[in-house]
Amino acid sequence: MPTSTDTDCVIRLDSLSMLYPTKSGGTVQALDDVSLSVRAGEFISIVGPSGCGKSTLLRIIMGLSRQTSGQVTFGPSEDTHRNQLGMVFQQPLLLPWRTVRKNLLTSPDLHHARDAATQAKADELLVMLGLEEFGDRYPNELSGGMQQRVGIGRALMHDPRILLMDEPFGALDAMTRDQMGLDLLKIWDQDRKTVLFVTHSIPEAVLLADRVVVMTPRPGRLADVVEVALPRPRRLENINTPEFGEIVLKIRKLLDSEHSAH
Amino acid sequence: MSTNTKRQAGAREALAVPDGETVPVEAPTSSDAPVRRRRRRVPEITYSVLVFIGLLVVWQVVVEMFDVSNILVPAPSAVAVSLVDGFRDGSLVSHSIVTMKEILIGFGIAVGSALVSAVLITQFRTVERVLFPLLILTQTIPKVAMAPLLIVWFGIGISSKVLTVALIAFFPLLINAVLGFRSAAHEQVEMLRSFGASRMQVMRHLQIPSALPHIFAGLEVAVILSVTGAVVAEFVGSSEGLGYLIQASNFTLDVARTFAVIVVLSAVGIALHAVVVQLGKWLVFWTATPTNAASEV
Ligand SMILES: Nc1ncnc2c1ncn2[C@@H]1O[C@H](COP(=O)(O)OP(=O)(O)OP(=O)(O)O)[C@@H](O)[C@H]1O
Ligand SMILES: [Mg+2]
Repeated sequence: MPTSTDTDCVIRLDSLSMLYPTKSGGTVQALDDVSLSVRAGEFISIVGPSGCGKSTLLRIIMGLSRQTSGQVTFGPSEDTHRNQLGMVFQQPLLLPWRTVRKNLLTSPDLHHARDAATQAKADELLVMLGLEEFGDRYPNELSGGMQQRVGIGRALMHDPRILLMDEPFGALDAMTRDQMGLDLLKIWDQDRKTVLFVTHSIPEAVLLADRVVVMTPRPGRLADVVEVALPRPRRLENINTPEFGEIVLKIRKLLDSEHSAH
Repeated sequence: MSTNTKRQAGAREALAVPDGETVPVEAPTSSDAPVRRRRRRVPEITYSVLVFIGLLVVWQVVVEMFDVSNILVPAPSAVAVSLVDGFRDGSLVSHSIVTMKEILIGFGIAVGSALVSAVLITQFRTVERVLFPLLILTQTIPKVAMAPLLIVWFGIGISSKVLTVALIAFFPLLINAVLGFRSAAHEQVEMLRSFGASRMQVMRHLQIPSALPHIFAGLEVAVILSVTGAVVAEFVGSSEGLGYLIQASNFTLDVARTFAVIVVLSAVGIALHAVVVQLGKWLVFWTATPTNAASEV
């Protein structure tokens, strides 16, 4: 990638390709020659039509799937390991026998780190997620959107250096979604994690990101990487500015041309 | 099934109208729906009890009217007298204790060994490949057919009964536990692993809790089978226990006593089953809510 130097690059993807075997013996190509360098502290949104391999890309970075060819390297130094990654999955995947609070505390529990500070942080997150009254409820008493929010909170409790988010706001209504996006930016601003954020909403992608990765329909290739040079902190009013509209239009055209090319 | 629910719905509607009018205290304070729900539950149980009592009365009347021989079918009253006698002289109690002991020890052994086997089978590929086919193969043997052999090998004491019970309860437990340990969604495993969970932690935080509903389904079947196993083993050869008592009273043509023992055996079965169900509700609380909601509809 042109703008990144090797020293501040935390994830580097080199011509990643992914072939899934199908039941009938053939293969489905989910990713085709994807290369990307992600800088430390960068917020990257990924947009692309359904089935283009966005989840697959995050799964490969997370180490849950193994690419068919190509390479994922973490930098700049050896201390950026896989355990500094955290993921918000497309489904909430809550543990039904744990209360909302205990679901948030999943990661601290696994690392035997449930002290007063983590408890306080969990309380803070409950408020931020709008779930302060639901801390002692069980997941089956929550709506889909509320469960999704717990899933986000659980990853934030894990506090990874690199946060992979797969359509985390997919199950939320438009208003909650905007608010959650801005809250996420606030949290991100505190310690500038590196974020890879998959979404179907182009305005959301632009509002949050430093760069927007636009993918083609399957097999997913990088159509383009669009720089979002809007000032931070971002606000909802940004959406109505002409600069914002221009970037959204550019991405929309990219997606449209890729669509019609197929 | 469908006619049953229709009939209940009809009865509910028929009840709802007079209720609203004859209970003026409740009507204004609570909404219509909760009133109906509360009303509906009571009749269901009462009907069952009434039908049961009705059957007993019919039984009694038929036996008396047609002067049925006591050796064929005793009247309920005769069974009741035999029950009271059995408890008075302590024979029913002492034999029940023997059988209960066999059931509980055998059941305990079955639970322990089935859970350990299930963990080994689901955690180690080799164990699964070697052991599981053998276990499935031996499952096709009717376990009660083994009871005489066990008597030959272990004598007519308690150990042959315990082993019969364990053998008969083992398989439904094992199969359900294996299913249970495998029931955790793959995505959930990935989620925990993504937070750095070790294999043991995935087991503890995910696979064991996900297995619990299946394990309790197995326990419910196994506990009833345990009672059968103990009685069959006692039939084959024993000097005490409720199974022995049935054979002894059958031998002396004391059919009322046979019936009394059957009543006690059912009570033992129902009680053990109830304990398992209650324990399940308590431990598997997270699936209990939807089931309860469904039964209220
Ligand atoms: N485990 C799998 N086995 C076989 N094919 C798969 C598997 N997972 C994904 N695919 C295929 O790979 C392609 C990309 O899937 P992926 O889930 O990455 O898409 P996506 O971009 O996340 O889509 P969406 O926006 O709908 O979530 C799809 O065509 C899908 O059919
Ligand atoms: Mg996806």
